[in-house]
Amino acid sequence: MTTHSQADAVPASTDNPVAEGHHPSESQYVAIAGILAVLTAIEVALSYLKVGGSQGITNGALLVLAAIKFTMVAMFFMHLRFDKPVVRRLFVGGLILAICVYLAYLSTLGVFVK
Amino acid sequence: MAMADVAAVPGGVATDHGPHHETNTGMSNEKVAMWAFLGSECLLFGALISTYLLYRGKSISGPTPHQIYDIPYTSVSSFVLLMSSLTMVLALAAIQRGDSRRLRVWLLATALLGATFISGQVYEFTSFIREGLTIKTNLFGSSFFVLTGFHGVHVTLGIVMLLSLWNLSLRGKLPQEKAEVVEIAGLYWHFVDVVWIVIFTVVYLIPTK
Repeated sequence: MTTHSQADAVPASTDNPVAEGHHPSESQYVAIAGILAVLTAIEVALSYLKVGGSQGITNGALLVLAAIKFTMVAMFFMHLRFDKPVVRRLFVGGLILAICVYLAYLSTLGVFVK
Repeated sequence: MAMADVAAVPGGVATDHGPHHETNTGMSNEKVAMWAFLGSECLLFGALISTYLLYRGKSISGPTPHQIYDIPYTSVSSFVLLMSSLTMVLALAAIQRGDSRRLRVWLLATALLGATFISGQVYEFTSFIREGLTIKTNLFGSSFFVLTGFHGVHVTLGIVMLLSLWNLSLRGKLPQEKAEVVEIAGLYWHFVDVVWIVIFTVVYLIPTK
């Protein structure tokens, strides 16, 4: 990666709507962990139940809860929400690529066909 | 962080929120490299999870997932790993405000929680093998052990990283100006946690037809 003067470096918050560096406080981290623990408990409870009597809806709800937990850890604990946009592009790019490639792969092999 | 301390960071200049590096991105190359690595790890774990889904319910002999999974036990393991992300981020907050003692406490707590998770996984693997499920038994055994085993190896490497940082701090070689080293190790640790969030839901909680 090339280097250049500080004046040329990407400004701290050029296209980042959230002010960089303002990480949550310790009590906010504990609150986020509490929410994650509650979501995990809901997930486990859901796995023993069938929402609306349908396994499909229950599975959908479990995937949504997992996605919320994933996003919360990435945004707040990994500071993706507060860091420079380039790291979001690197990580989310890899994530979206992985999801698209493997959804196409599983669809091709008929995993989603009943 | 004292401005003089930040300005002393090689390759970095002082800002209000830590060192601003003289690179195209304004971030250290090490941190960008870790994020790029984590992006590529999404593809690795995506392949392993996809393989598990592909072979799901296709085993012609047992044991099957619903015969051997112990959901309450795995839920506790998942909770332990989730809480290790909290202690990791508290370790980072400690070094960023120059509190080396708390940094070591939280690093050690994170490593211990990680070791608890790994111990739980070793116990789970042992009990599965005792019940007749090995990596060679059926498609479920092969895909399950490869996926969760790869994740376990990642957690173990993370524990080694954490204990190395704890040791460096103990010897006074991890000052406040090197907070980014803890941040980079933390990124890896949190990634291992988010991967487990997906594995726990897809492999354990969503039942096989």
